[in-house]
Amino acid sequence: MDNTQISATAEFDVIVEAGQLERAYWRDVWQFRELFLFLAWKDVLVRYKQTAIGVAWSVIRPILTMVVFTVIFGRVAKLPSDGDTPYAIMVYSALLPWQMFAAAFSDAGNSMVSNSNMIRKVYFPRVMLPAASMVVSLVDFLISFGIFVILMAYYQFVPDIRILLLPLLLLLALAFALGIGLIVSSLNVKYRDFRFIIPFIVQFGLYVSPVGFSSSVVPDQWRLLYSLNPMVGVIDGFRWCILGDVVDFYLPGLAASIVLTISILVFGLAFFRKSERTFADTI
Amino acid sequence: MTDPVIVCEDLGKSYRIAKGTEQTKFNYVALRDVITDRVKNFGGRGDAAQSDFVDFWALRNFNLKLHAGERLGIVGHNGAGKSTMLKLLSRITEPSSGVMKIKGRVASLLEIGTGFHPELNGRENIFLNGAILGMTRTEIKQKFDEIVEFAGIEEFLETPVKRYSSGMYVRLGFAVAAHLESEILIVDEVLAVGDAKFQQKCLGKMGEISDSGRTILFVSHNLNAVERLCDRIIVLNRGEAQIDTKDVAKGLNFYMEQFSDIYASEWTNELGVHQNPFFHPTRLAVTDSSGTPIQMPVPNNRDLFVSVEGTAEEPREGLTILLIVSDENEHVVFVSGYHDGPQSDWPLIRTGKNHFKCRIPSRFLNEGNYLVQLVARFNKGDKLFGRSNTKAAVQLKIEGGLSDSPEWITRRHGVVAPVLEWSESD
Repeated sequence: MDNTQISATAEFDVIVEAGQLERAYWRDVWQFRELFLFLAWKDVLVRYKQTAIGVAWSVIRPILTMVVFTVIFGRVAKLPSDGDTPYAIMVYSALLPWQMFAAAFSDAGNSMVSNSNMIRKVYFPRVMLPAASMVVSLVDFLISFGIFVILMAYYQFVPDIRILLLPLLLLLALAFALGIGLIVSSLNVKYRDFRFIIPFIVQFGLYVSPVGFSSSVVPDQWRLLYSLNPMVGVIDGFRWCILGDVVDFYLPGLAASIVLTISILVFGLAFFRKSERTFADTI
Repeated sequence: MTDPVIVCEDLGKSYRIAKGTEQTKFNYVALRDVITDRVKNFGGRGDAAQSDFVDFWALRNFNLKLHAGERLGIVGHNGAGKSTMLKLLSRITEPSSGVMKIKGRVASLLEIGTGFHPELNGRENIFLNGAILGMTRTEIKQKFDEIVEFAGIEEFLETPVKRYSSGMYVRLGFAVAAHLESEILIVDEVLAVGDAKFQQKCLGKMGEISDSGRTILFVSHNLNAVERLCDRIIVLNRGEAQIDTKDVAKGLNFYMEQFSDIYASEWTNELGVHQNPFFHPTRLAVTDSSGTPIQMPVPNNRDLFVSVEGTAEEPREGLTILLIVSDENEHVVFVSGYHDGPQSDWPLIRTGKNHFKCRIPSRFLNEGNYLVQLVARFNKGDKLFGRSNTKAAVQLKIEGGLSDSPEWITRRHGVVAPVLEWSESD
């Protein structure tokens, strides 16, 4: 809490000048850090209270997708797995980051519009909203991961010790989701029909990312180009951590992911801050 | 005197609006339209679209030095710039000109229960709302019992707020806000909700807050509340402060006189506002049965007619024309639409000139000043011009003629003053 006493010398806490970016923005973000937790807590509570099948849904969705992908890509199209890993495990290890990314990105993208009432009535650093909305997807991830453990037990599959590196890759996926989520949520405020584009991006992304198949099916000369999708690096990294050395790990791809993600995040933040100033007027 | 806690220098806010309509600031842009516009203008004069917009200053040249412990009341008619000013001071929106400096923590209460989620229960919403208003978790915990007691919702703490009555909802919202420990409290209109007893309680709490030396900025249409609570008053009109005085009574008088200055009993569209092909209003007047405008004040025992004239190029069936009648405190007394009767009796909007009239029966409105506003909107909700931005408005002043009874000679208690039939029961 800011216990500013009214002192004799006029030291102002907030100075807002027309046409100037706010100077104390990051200090404000720090001051409102508890709000971030509250917003995230609200989203999680609401998510599991509102839908009667709240938790069940986070269980059913990844399993059904895994079954469909295993049948279509593994059995019908007969694409190769990584080494002798069961196809289902290979698909599931990619679904983990992908579904988290997809949920985080759509929630972040819609966060401004779905909280428009708050934006019109209270001040707080707006970046809290997209950031906090992503926490739900992290909770979903943990549930899906629980299923994954059961799945591995069923296939009697022992993961590599590198599985401990997963949080870092998770962070990368979240950073990427936040980066484009910030851009999309700003555009969403400005152009109301933009929200129709979000599900399309997610669906399109699912097919251009190596979720249903292994990246090794991509010819070597195209590999770097393919890695321009930062989710490629994340998904390959996930597989490498879980499935072990059978995964043909492409390091330049991960490097490209990291560089791109950081650039997108930086650009997203700048874009968001620039648009943020007029949110309350347009939303 | 202490140093100021809020300083505004030449503060202003402008919105870009489409010419003629004064509407666009509330409308959303669709990406689809932007793309089609770009394609249409391709190779043409690119900035043709730009010139269709003008800057509308919702607030300008606003100067303020507010000292610690002052209780400032802000009054003004709809569209005078009150909300804009509050939004600037609470940092919800950024100024288009000028500088604003604030010392200390600001809690702004522009709405009761901001961020309440209907699915969450009372306890959860207290924490959420408190956090949104800027309280820390420790503070909320400390004040939790006090908040619950003030709101009087002990038994409903575990009930989702969607099952709350509107009264409980409002009480809970105010209770959280009232326990904010901020140096500056900005309050908008919140007392317009809740029952009379709770309003008293709120006013009492606000008095308590200000007695503790904190600074209050209070916007309200409730002039009694402003008079009781404030020791300084600013009257806003069309985005500018017209008077800023410590003599609250003087300020309020100024505001009330303004009411009769702004609106006449006849309005004609000389400025050509609200241009649109569906219904372009040209005249609004309070008249007698023959159609001639009436001199104010009018006694309550006369039938009054509100005459609405306008032209249409492309009449649309779904268009509704409404009259909104509100009192001096800007509370709506009633709303009347020309679609209120059975469908067979609805007047039609035809291409060319249209003239409708609406009868306000005698022995209905109480003594006082009223504002009659013309509003047009489509059934699905899109407004051509709404209550907050309509320029078609006339004044109505009722005085005398309240009853034939010798007992009843002054303004009757209550909102309306009908003379109802009483007889002996058989």
